[in-house]
Amino acid sequence: MSYLPYAVAAWLFMIGLWGVVSSTHLVRTVLSLTVVQSATYLVLLGVGYRTGAKAPIVADIPTKSKLVDPVVQVLVLTDVVIEATVTALLLALVVQAHKRFGSVDPARLRALRH
Amino acid sequence: MSRRVRLGLFAVAGPGLLAVLLIGLHGLPAFGDYHGVYGLLVSRIEPSARHATDIVTALNFDLRAFDTLGEEFILFASAAGVALLLRRMRDEASVERASGIEDHRFAGASDALRLASLALVPLLVALGGYVVLHGQLTPGGGFQGGVVLAAGPMAILLAGRYLALKRIAPQWALEALEALGAASYALIGLGGLIFAGVYLKNFLPLGTQGTLLSAGMMPLNSVAVGLEVTGAFLLTWTEFLDQDLLVRGGDRT
Repeated sequence: MSYLPYAVAAWLFMIGLWGVVSSTHLVRTVLSLTVVQSATYLVLLGVGYRTGAKAPIVADIPTKSKLVDPVVQVLVLTDVVIEATVTALLLALVVQAHKRFGSVDPARLRALRH
Repeated sequence: MSRRVRLGLFAVAGPGLLAVLLIGLHGLPAFGDYHGVYGLLVSRIEPSARHATDIVTALNFDLRAFDTLGEEFILFASAAGVALLLRRMRDEASVERASGIEDHRFAGASDALRLASLALVPLLVALGGYVVLHGQLTPGGGFQGGVVLAAGPMAILLAGRYLALKRIAPQWALEALEALGAASYALIGLGGLIFAGVYLKNFLPLGTQGTLLSAGMMPLNSVAVGLEVTGAFLLTWTEFLDQDLLVRGGDRT
């Protein structure tokens, strides 16, 4: 039971990767990539969790309270920003691919064949 | 590579990757049994050294302030990249002056939804401002609040008034907002270099812990990041919406 969050992260990673590989629509490819990335949130937050610990906000709690690791939470914040930027740039590329080739099926993009 | 080859390759490589992944994850500390000292140390030091109560924000704008500078410029570069990728092409025309677009309505949007969307605008802006300003006290800060702030004007889109949104937040204003946010964060850091001897080091009075104006320069950093994030997100979103609603021509028509 104590490895359940990691197992879920592995599952998210693989299911997202499957989405990227099997996709016939570029928007679906991009969204699948965000599923892959959400696995990293789960791993990071899971690693920093300590049983019975409180959120790292030190107002209104006893000074010796056990806190979860704030460092990994900051890394997740960075991760979310990166995901937003990567998704935006990829979707912009999809828009341009659709304009150029009239299709968003990766198999039908002329420049990507062979 | 055709889809069939791709799927075949994944059928072989996928289980292998999953096995490696599971072996790797097994080496992590068991869930809830973390013993890293860095986080513990930070949780002890930051409240007394910087008078912040939200340690995540304290890390973001103090110990990792330089990383946050980089993070902010990633967002800046990405918004510029989207604007570049979605620029008007030679064979495309803008239909901003065409009739009908002013009252662009989403199919099925009722009057109740349109009214409720407009009522959301001030609420979202107020909530966003609150989250930005209270970053050093409660969960939140510039990044989170900036996204909420950007969602405010986007509610005008739900009300079906895209051109009104473009008038309230024209592209040049969004670009200026974004640049202002990025520049002020870098300049606040320069203040640290001049007054405290280290780039991005705190140089302002720490104030009383738990009050709005506490934790030194963290509220300022938070506002700078909030402006940058608001500008970058609105710019990115309107670039995409322009493509759908305003740009005509090329191969698409």
